Amino acid sequence: MTTIADAFRRRSEGGRAALVPYVTAGYPRVGDTVAVLHALSDAGADVIELGIPFSDPLADGPTIQRSSFRALEGGVTTESVLADLRAFRAEDDTPVVLFTYLNPVLRYGVARFLEDARGAGAQGLLLTDLPAGADPELEDQVRASGLDLVRLVAPTTPPERIPDVAASGSGFLYYISRTGVTGARTSLREDLADEVRSVRDAVSLPVAVGFGISTPEQAAAVGGVADGVVVGSAIIQALDEGGVEGARAFVASLRQAMDRA
Amino acid sequence: MTAFAAGTGRFGRFGGRYVPETLIRALDELEEAFEGSRSDPSFTDELDDLLTHFVGRPTPLYRARRLEEASGHPRVYLKREDLNHTGAHKINNTVGQVLLARRMGKKRIIAETGAGQHGVATATACALFDLECVVYMGEEDVARQALNVYRMELLGAEVRPVSSGTRTLKDATNEAIRDWVTHVETTHYIIGSVVGPHPFPVMVREFQSIIGREAREQILAAEGRLPAVVVACVGGGSNAMGMFHAFVPDEGVALMGVEAAGEGLGTDRHSASLSAGLPGVLHGSLSYLLQDEDGQVAPAHSVSAGLDYPGVGPEHSFLKDSGRAEYTSVTDDEALDAFHRLARLEGIIPALESAHAVAYVLREGARFAGEGAVVVCLSGRGDKDVAHVARVEGRGLSL
Repeated sequence: MTTIADAFRRRSEGGRAALVPYVTAGYPRVGDTVAVLHALSDAGADVIELGIPFSDPLADGPTIQRSSFRALEGGVTTESVLADLRAFRAEDDTPVVLFTYLNPVLRYGVARFLEDARGAGAQGLLLTDLPAGADPELEDQVRASGLDLVRLVAPTTPPERIPDVAASGSGFLYYISRTGVTGARTSLREDLADEVRSVRDAVSLPVAVGFGISTPEQAAAVGGVADGVVVGSAIIQALDEGGVEGARAFVASLRQAMDRA
Repeated sequence: MTAFAAGTGRFGRFGGRYVPETLIRALDELEEAFEGSRSDPSFTDELDDLLTHFVGRPTPLYRARRLEEASGHPRVYLKREDLNHTGAHKINNTVGQVLLARRMGKKRIIAETGAGQHGVATATACALFDLECVVYMGEEDVARQALNVYRMELLGAEVRPVSSGTRTLKDATNEAIRDWVTHVETTHYIIGSVVGPHPFPVMVREFQSIIGREAREQILAAEGRLPAVVVACVGGGSNAMGMFHAFVPDEGVALMGVEAAGEGLGTDRHSASLSAGLPGVLHGSLSYLLQDEDGQVAPAHSVSAGLDYPGVGPEHSFLKDSGRAEYTSVTDDEALDAFHRLARLEGIIPALESAHAVAYVLREGARFAGEGAVVVCLSGRGDKDVAHVARVEGRGLSL
C-alpha cells in the first residue's frame, strides 16, 4: 500500500513535485466518482483529495460550492463516498485524502468514520474547519487512527505557529497560496516562492501548495518551489467542460508541464 | 455558575474555534483587543457615552397592564429595546465592535444580516465612524425586508445579496466568512449574534449584557424583588444572552428562551435548533444545530427573518444542557397573533422576532402568576415587518 509519504518521496527523488488533484465526490453525477478517480490517477495524480460535500462550505469559492450543492442534490452521502473509495481502492493504490468539513464526520460518528475511512482505503483526512489545537481530543483520535491528519498553513499563520501546526499533522503540509477561498485565479502572488521556501525550511513534512492554481504554467511554477501542487476548482471546471475525459486530459497537461519545468 | 473557560473559548463543551487556519491570527488579535478594551477606561467611557447619547440608553422597563390582563399574569414588564436608535438591540453590539475595529486599525467592516436589523445597526455605526461597510444578506431576505435594504444604502453601506444555498441568514453568514477569510488583514467582521468562533460569542454577549444589567436594576426598583421569569426570543440568541446574563447567578429566576417553531416542530419548517436539533459545528462553533442524518445543515424556516437560522449561540446550548435555562417555541401563527395583539393592547408594534417572546407570555404567562413578575425582552420594533405581515396575510401593500 502506497502511503502519502511514499508518493511525495517518489516524486522528490525524481526531482519533481507531486501533483495532488481535488475532486468533489458525486460530481458531476453520483455514479461518476470511481471513473473520475481512475482518470486522475491514470493522468498522473500522486495523491488525490476526495471531497465529501458539505451544505455550508465556507472555505470554498463558487466553483467548489456549486459542485458540492450539485453532489448533495444528486444524493451523495458520506457512506456513498466511502463505497466509491472502496471500489477505486480495489484496483488502484494511489493515496487518497478525504477532504471535508467537521460536521459530516461528527454526525457519522468520529470513531466510526475513522474506522470506515481506513477500511475503505483512505490514507489521510483534511478537515478545513479543524485548525491545529481547536479540539485536541478529536485531533488525537484522528492521529491514533492511522490516517494522516493533513494540516493547512495560511499566509496569515504566525511564523512561530507553523512548526506546531506541522507537528500536529502528517503526510504533507498544505500551504494556502493566498488568503481567501478556493478557486481559480489568473495570477499567483509574487512573494509566494519566498513564503513557501520559509515554510519548507521550518518543517520536515513535504509542503504542497494550493488555492488558485489553475493552469499548467502555474502548476509548473509552483512545482518548482514546493514539494507538491494542489489543483481543485480548475479540475471541477475541466469536468464541466469535458466530463471525465476532460479532467483526465487536464490533469495530464498539468503533469506534463510540471515534468518539463 | 462560571461555565466559560477563556483558554479554550468554550462554554462547557460548546463553542470553540472551528474555522479555516487563515482566520486564527485575526481571532487571536480580536480576542486580545477585546480583553484589553474591557479594562481600558478610554474604551469603556467612549462606549458608555455612545450608548447614552447616540443609542438612547437606558431603555425603559415598561409595565404592560393590558398585556397583563390578556395573559393572566398580574405583573408583566417589557424591556424596551425597540426604543434604541435603529429600533432594536443590535446597535448595542455594533457600536461596541466598531470601537474595537477602530482600536485594531481596521478600516473596512463586513456583516451578515437576516431581518436587516443587524445590517442597519452596523451601517449606522460605520456611518458614525466613517468606515467602509459591506453587508451580506440572503436574496430571500432582501426581498422580504426591502425597507431595511434601502435603510442600509441610505447609511452608506453596500448590500450584497447572497444567492447560494438557502439564500437566507445562514448563507449570508457563509459569504461574510468567505469575505473575511479573503480580506482578513484589513477587515473586521461584526457578527450580529452570540454565534461564530471564539471570541465572538462571549464578546457579543458582553456588549449585549447591558440589557439584563439595566433590566435587573429596573425590576428591583419597580418590584422590590427579582422576577419569576425573564423571557426572550432566540434565533442566534443575542438579545436572549444579553437579557439572561445578569440573571444567570439568580437561581430563583427562570430563564425562558423562545425559539421559532415556524409551521410546527413536527414539520421540517421551523428554526428551533435547541428544541429539535443536535450538537454540531456550523460557522465556527459547536452548538445545537438543525441537520439531517448525514450532517448536512437543514434549512431553517420562520416567518421572522431574524430567527430563520439553523444554529444557535453555544452559550445557549450550555445553558440548556446544564438546565439553567429552558427553551420552548412558538409557531408562526402564534407570533403573528401576538404581533397584532401587542399593537392593539399596548400601542406597540413589536418586531416579529420579539413577537415570539410576547406570544409565549400570552400562552403561558398565567403559569407564573403566583410567583413574581415576568420580564420580556422586546428586542425590536415591528416597522420593518409591517409590509411582510400584510403580504403574509394576503394584503398587498405597495411600499
